[in-house]
Amino acid sequence: MNKVIKQIFNPSALVTVLAVLASFIIGGLLIAFANENVQTAAGYLFARPGDFFLAVWNSVFGAYDALFRGSIFNYKALDTVGMIKPITETLSYATPITLAGLGMAVAFRSGLFNIGGTGQIIFGAMGAAWVGFTFDLPAFIHLPLAVIAGVVASALFGGFVGFLKAATGANEVIVTIMMNYIAGLLLFYVLTTPLFQAPGATNPISPEIVESAKYWRFMGDGFRINASFFVMLAMVATVWWLLNRSSVGFQFRALGHNPNASKVAGINIGLNYILVMAISGALAGLAGTSQVLGAEKFLTPSVAASFGFDAITVALLGRSKPVGVLAAGILFGALRAGAVIMQANQKVPIDIVLIVQSLVVLFIAAPPLVRLMFGLSDPEKRSAKKAAKAEAKGVAA
Amino acid sequence: MKLELRGITKRFGAMTANDNVNLVAEPGQIHCLLGENGAGKSTLMNVLYGLYQADGGDILIDDKVVKFAGPGDAMAAGIGMVHQHFMLIPVFTVAENVILGHEPTKFGGLLDLEAARKQVREISDRFGFEVDPDAIVGDLPVGVQQRVEIIKALMGDAQVLVFDEPTAVLTPQETDELMAIMKQLRSEGKAIVFITHKLREVKEVADKITVIRLGKIVGEASPKSSANELASMMVGRAVDLDVEKAVAKPGKATFKITNLSAWNHAGTKVLDDINLEIHEGEILVIAGVQGNGQTELTEAIIGMHGKTAGSIELDGKELIGKNVKQVLDLGVGFVPEDRTEDGLVAEFTIAENLMLDRSDRKPFAKGISLQLDFLKKFAQDKLQQFDIRAQGIDSTASQLSGGNQQKVVLARELSRELRLLVASQPTRGLDVGSIEFVHEQIVATRDSGIPVLIVATELDEATQLGDRIAVMYRGKVVGVVPSNTSRSVLGQMMAGISA
Repeated sequence: MNKVIKQIFNPSALVTVLAVLASFIIGGLLIAFANENVQTAAGYLFARPGDFFLAVWNSVFGAYDALFRGSIFNYKALDTVGMIKPITETLSYATPITLAGLGMAVAFRSGLFNIGGTGQIIFGAMGAAWVGFTFDLPAFIHLPLAVIAGVVASALFGGFVGFLKAATGANEVIVTIMMNYIAGLLLFYVLTTPLFQAPGATNPISPEIVESAKYWRFMGDGFRINASFFVMLAMVATVWWLLNRSSVGFQFRALGHNPNASKVAGINIGLNYILVMAISGALAGLAGTSQVLGAEKFLTPSVAASFGFDAITVALLGRSKPVGVLAAGILFGALRAGAVIMQANQKVPIDIVLIVQSLVVLFIAAPPLVRLMFGLSDPEKRSAKKAAKAEAKGVAA
Repeated sequence: MKLELRGITKRFGAMTANDNVNLVAEPGQIHCLLGENGAGKSTLMNVLYGLYQADGGDILIDDKVVKFAGPGDAMAAGIGMVHQHFMLIPVFTVAENVILGHEPTKFGGLLDLEAARKQVREISDRFGFEVDPDAIVGDLPVGVQQRVEIIKALMGDAQVLVFDEPTAVLTPQETDELMAIMKQLRSEGKAIVFITHKLREVKEVADKITVIRLGKIVGEASPKSSANELASMMVGRAVDLDVEKAVAKPGKATFKITNLSAWNHAGTKVLDDINLEIHEGEILVIAGVQGNGQTELTEAIIGMHGKTAGSIELDGKELIGKNVKQVLDLGVGFVPEDRTEDGLVAEFTIAENLMLDRSDRKPFAKGISLQLDFLKKFAQDKLQQFDIRAQGIDSTASQLSGGNQQKVVLARELSRELRLLVASQPTRGLDVGSIEFVHEQIVATRDSGIPVLIVATELDEATQLGDRIAVMYRGKVVGVVPSNTSRSVLGQMMAGISA
């Protein structure tokens, strides 16, 4: 069981790339199947097979072309703004996904399966939003204060799970899932109370965040991308340093690989559980601040969107390594940004993108399937060979 | 029935586990396969039992080539295996265990337990096993459980019996009884293959000895060869099995255990009023059959055991109530019995494993920033000092052999300022060369004036390494005796009879 989980969360780089590739191929097939022209042409496949293949090509190319134009560079746009807007949208979406993904990655590397990204994002957003719309302060105080409020709220919310695990042995998977419900329902509730609801509003929505607490939209108000993008980049570097260069991260990793040996070596496991979950929660909380103080400007019940679960996928796809998470986060941001255009232009259902995302997970979870599809050999056998070679060399030395 | 393995070759990737191995087991003979851990003994037996398919060579029964696709085929051909780790279901009775996999039935499908009982009784009587078919296996002593395994092997009318390291879990008395059983099976005309690395046993029962080293048969030896001769063949160089150590010069008793008791999660008493003292510059060995409270004792010392009462004092400071980190900080070095589970992080490099206990403090960290330059230098020093054979300090622990893994653990534990060394089965599963090295290090630690506590399950190690021996049985210390106490007395103590 543990071995399976380890395998799922630590796929080889090659398998990851091929899994993404395979998902796009299958996604392409689905696009073709769902396309009306293809269906019509299939009706007289044997009479004029050329029509059929042309229709398939058109549908798939059209869809992926739209995906590209929606997420990276719109070469058909009339002005520069229109051309570069897609890539900024991608990065804008990638920001919360990557931040939350980093949070999940920290937990996974420490052997904890934090499924509570959604709840932690919500707490981060609530904390940040409340400070953001309640006070009116100079920007250099207000924004940091709002961000810190969000981070603290989500760190406490996440750390509590670590505390439960340390004190009672509660399973963090179950607890975090339940905490997602608590956070979601709590958010909905507070948005109907005067504390959070905008005065005069009938729907659950907060007042607008005061200008001084908003992340700076450095490309102008026409672009949603904002300063939280740089916060995210800084966090990628910070988490890398934390995991690879700090004693705290070292203990996290030791715990993740072998809790028994960690215990015997005098590492305080309970304390580390709390710390891991607090840091994991804090990073997810930052994603929440990015949403509410950057992209959206209001707190709504859907603030966490699907970022909480995307974060798990992204951590998995990025092999729980900070740079990998960033790359996966950008991929997911691109899929999200492009899906909108794909649906609008090509009438390709947005669900195709969800299917592609799900297939990625499926393939990564089943490496033998990917190896079979691409005719690769089993890495375990290869590493056995490597180890044997290493041993032979060691003996010679 | 005569069994022959001819030219068996088995490769795993580039590694050849068995290289053109020949072995003949004749009826009425005990054939010992002698080799160190990792020499390829188990691989060979797994090939014989159909668990692995050989890359080359044949298995012959009565000079006819046979092919085994799985253990079922091997059993049907008359090969029985007594495994090192018993393949028994503890909550089943003896009879139920024995028929597992080929249950006798009556009236088209109903389990015929009576027939099973009868068969068990027959075999038990014939060989004098004294096994009750209705006893629950989990309640039986280990030695008797092993007889159940043997009955299981005999049930299929096995003519060739393979014993895979059968004495690892037995007391000396139980070992003697097993030897007697093997001799009796031999007189019944069975062919017996006895796999072991224990020279004393080989010399006692073997008719023929085949020595295997690094996957190759290095030759046959006569049971009359001396232990040192056999060991040299096994290792491939001259070895001296005796531990070299000067007479101990004990100082003050700085480590004292007083009225120590401990309970497990179920509330059962696992340590019962233990009283022990260890002097500076002295090795005290805790001897006993595995599972008589040794693990719990070491856990209690380093602060990992839950419910304990009594007192453990080191240099006048109480250890009970302290957590692992505090205990280690008082100068306790700990070599756990299961190094891969408790001693090392397999995925970590040698360097990372060397700082596992002190990653959060100087000189390994400033604040929370790891000092990787210092670590590199430190690890390279230790690699030299402890003769750790690896490609470099960045090899992961999982790439190392057992002996080198243990050296990493020792290097880490001995590089702290020690006031007490606790080592649990420090040479378990190691090759002879590493055993020598580990023993040297332990003796050197003693000679530097530190009290040393060793848990040993093998009597040879206990008598050779120890200055005094405390024997444990069912959570109690049966007695503390000098290390020159005879094997038979120690054996009796291990069965609970005080000297």
